[in-house]
Amino acid sequence: MSATAFDAAAAARAWRPPPLIASPLLRYAIYGGALLYALLAVGTLEVNWARAAEGLERGARFIAGFFPPDFVTKRHDIMEGLMESLTMTVVSTVIGVALSIPVAVGAARNLAPLPIYLFCRAIIAISRTFQEIIIAIVFVAMVGFGPLAGMLTLSFATIGFMAKLIAEDIEDIAEEQAEAVRATGASWFQLLAWGILPQVKPRLIGLSAYRLDINFRESAVLGLVGAGGIGDTLNTAFDRYEFDTAAAILIVIIAIVLAAEYSSSWIRRKVQ
Amino acid sequence: MPVSRTADDLPEWRRRTTAGDFAVWGAWLAGLALTVACFEFISGRTIWAFVWDAPTQGADLVQRMFPPAWTYADVLWKPMWDTINIATLGTLLAIAIGFPMAFLAAHNTTPSVLFVRPVMLFLIVSSRSINSLIWALILVIVFGPGMLAGILAIGLRSVGFIAKLTYEAIEEIDRTQVEAVTATGASNPQVLAWAIVPQIMPAFAGISVFRWDINIREATVLGLVGAGGIGMQLQASINTLAWPQVTMIFILILGTVVVSEWVSARVRHAVI
Repeated sequence: MSATAFDAAAAARAWRPPPLIASPLLRYAIYGGALLYALLAVGTLEVNWARAAEGLERGARFIAGFFPPDFVTKRHDIMEGLMESLTMTVVSTVIGVALSIPVAVGAARNLAPLPIYLFCRAIIAISRTFQEIIIAIVFVAMVGFGPLAGMLTLSFATIGFMAKLIAEDIEDIAEEQAEAVRATGASWFQLLAWGILPQVKPRLIGLSAYRLDINFRESAVLGLVGAGGIGDTLNTAFDRYEFDTAAAILIVIIAIVLAAEYSSSWIRRKVQ
Repeated sequence: MPVSRTADDLPEWRRRTTAGDFAVWGAWLAGLALTVACFEFISGRTIWAFVWDAPTQGADLVQRMFPPAWTYADVLWKPMWDTINIATLGTLLAIAIGFPMAFLAAHNTTPSVLFVRPVMLFLIVSSRSINSLIWALILVIVFGPGMLAGILAIGLRSVGFIAKLTYEAIEEIDRTQVEAVTATGASNPQVLAWAIVPQIMPAFAGISVFRWDINIREATVLGLVGAGGIGMQLQASINTLAWPQVTMIFILILGTVVVSEWVSARVRHAVI
């Protein structure tokens, strides 16, 4: 028997890695379901392929329109939009973080009684479910066009994000320290200040920096529904077919997002 | 250790030195001043008469939003199905591109640290910096309104997300398993398939499902810029001030997001 001949019996006995989903029934059900879904999804896909094919040539012209990016002609509009975005980001992060702390304390099961816990969890759920854009639509309808609507939107979204993560962190603290503070006869607020806050502070600072970064990214799109910021300027540029200005705005956004991301991850490394 | 003297010359422990106190106080003051200045800027661009009117406007809006137009739901099932398809197919596209990209970007699997890795990191960063709505805005101009633009927008935004988190997982793998497989005389592709991929599969599945969950949310608003899905109906209803229909759309979005979050939490719980 030559060594190279295929040995069916040995191949059958050969070790194979265990599959990701252990139960074969569930595994094949998922594969089958996925296949069925893929067929249905692709089957109901309404794509105008003729238009899409035309788009490639159009896209080339479009990309060509991007070059060279024009920072100068509309620099006042760009600066204005950018200032709106940046101020919106700062104020909404401060307000959002300040409001999220009481909500987080209320949403931590080890600190809050059940009714308050449920109330705070409900606030978090509402704030997290809806896209910023949808909340912005409602705020724009209420307070009118402009950066104030964007600021309120981002503050509201910040509450859900921060409160959820901080509440989880509060629930994970080392109980011994809280108990030690409690044993000194500390009041509830003293317990918060000396037993809980020092334990969650690094994460609080890290998450705030991260949220600042997210809020800037989001502020760049809120303008699409009239909530101010650089997105407004970008949308106007697209509407007027000023693609070179749009390219400049996109470059500015990417640059600031990069700077924000690096500084926020630097802050997080520092405090954690 | 910061210690001060009380009136009768007894040492008293303090949290910070006097200089430290001033530094902290100064930092808070600077932060507050920045926030106030930013708010001043926003306030200058706000028509306050509209804002004072907001409670009335809000009450009016709520009154017009209820009761929801329940029968309108019949029209919404197809757009909702489209929305889910945009999110799912977009995520699949992102997985197909992002998975190999992650291996090219991770510094322990990349073919070239000097050439391939920086290019991949640049692609990942650009994909992540631009919000999917902005991607959609651009793609709608290129490919025309419709689902294709939505799928590509979701895909392009998610590539960076999936590739970034996956390459971080690849960089954190257990080296000893790689060594063990290498010691059997395995070739590079074999090491990849038997030592690296199995280690990151759970994380990768978790990341993909997490992104799918986010994409469901994002896909609900892509229609605002014409990229298909339920956002198109939302835009049409808002433009015609048909607020009961808007409420119905919100309810449907809420339901879908809650279900997708539940699915994603279950899957992540199962694989991690």
